[in-house]
Amino acid sequence: MSKRSNEPFLWLLFSGGGVVSALLMPIHLLLFALAFPLGWLDGPGYDKLLALLRHPVTRIYLLVLCSLPLFHWAHRFRFTLYDGLQIKHLGELINIFCYGGATLGTAVAAYLLWNV
Amino acid sequence: MINPTEYLPKSYHPRVSTYWWLKRWVYLKFILREASSVFVAWTVVMTLLQVRALTRGPAEYADFQNWLRSPLVLALNTVSLFFVFFHAVTWFNLSAKAMVIRVGGKRLPNLAITGPNYAAWAFVSAAIAWILLRG
Repeated sequence: MSKRSNEPFLWLLFSGGGVVSALLMPIHLLLFALAFPLGWLDGPGYDKLLALLRHPVTRIYLLVLCSLPLFHWAHRFRFTLYDGLQIKHLGELINIFCYGGATLGTAVAAYLLWNV
Repeated sequence: MINPTEYLPKSYHPRVSTYWWLKRWVYLKFILREASSVFVAWTVVMTLLQVRALTRGPAEYADFQNWLRSPLVLALNTVSLFFVFFHAVTWFNLSAKAMVIRVGGKRLPNLAITGPNYAAWAFVSAAIAWILLRG
């Protein structure tokens, strides 16, 4: 096999996304999806949150928070489909779905964050 | 990449049940860990919906917040939080196995590697909470 494998690069994205989602997602979910909606804590108001979102650092932060974890999902979900459901013969299709989905998601995230 | 199963004799092909991962707790734990990625992706989708709603104006954002309060979404997000938390714990615990550091020929104990990971998690979580909750 002379073609160089891109597996190490994909693994790097997987691993980076694993770190990002482990560090950041529990607190994001706990606050935005449970504590604020249920009124356990007073969340930031619309204006304050929008001002925060408009800050360039926040936008870069959110782009990282969205893109890397999507590639993390792509990698894990690929192997879950391969091994969990034993549909490895659909390899090409699964790869397109997983990495294509993560790439598309990253593009959508970049578009949304650019147009804030 | 070399796939070892490609080189097994064609005649040897034991049938593995599609539900092999239900047979043992460690297998189930493995699949649950992998499944956590679906909830990680869901969290991304929700974050993007939030960004879109915020950009579109106060009325859209109020709708988004009401949507978060609907029982189905609350239930889904409770499950998501469990899985994302499970991902974080398994990820940090695994870091000691993925990163073997030797000092003076001796392998550092697991805690020396997982410890700083957990400390970073606590610090980052507190920082995000502080930014969102201050005054």
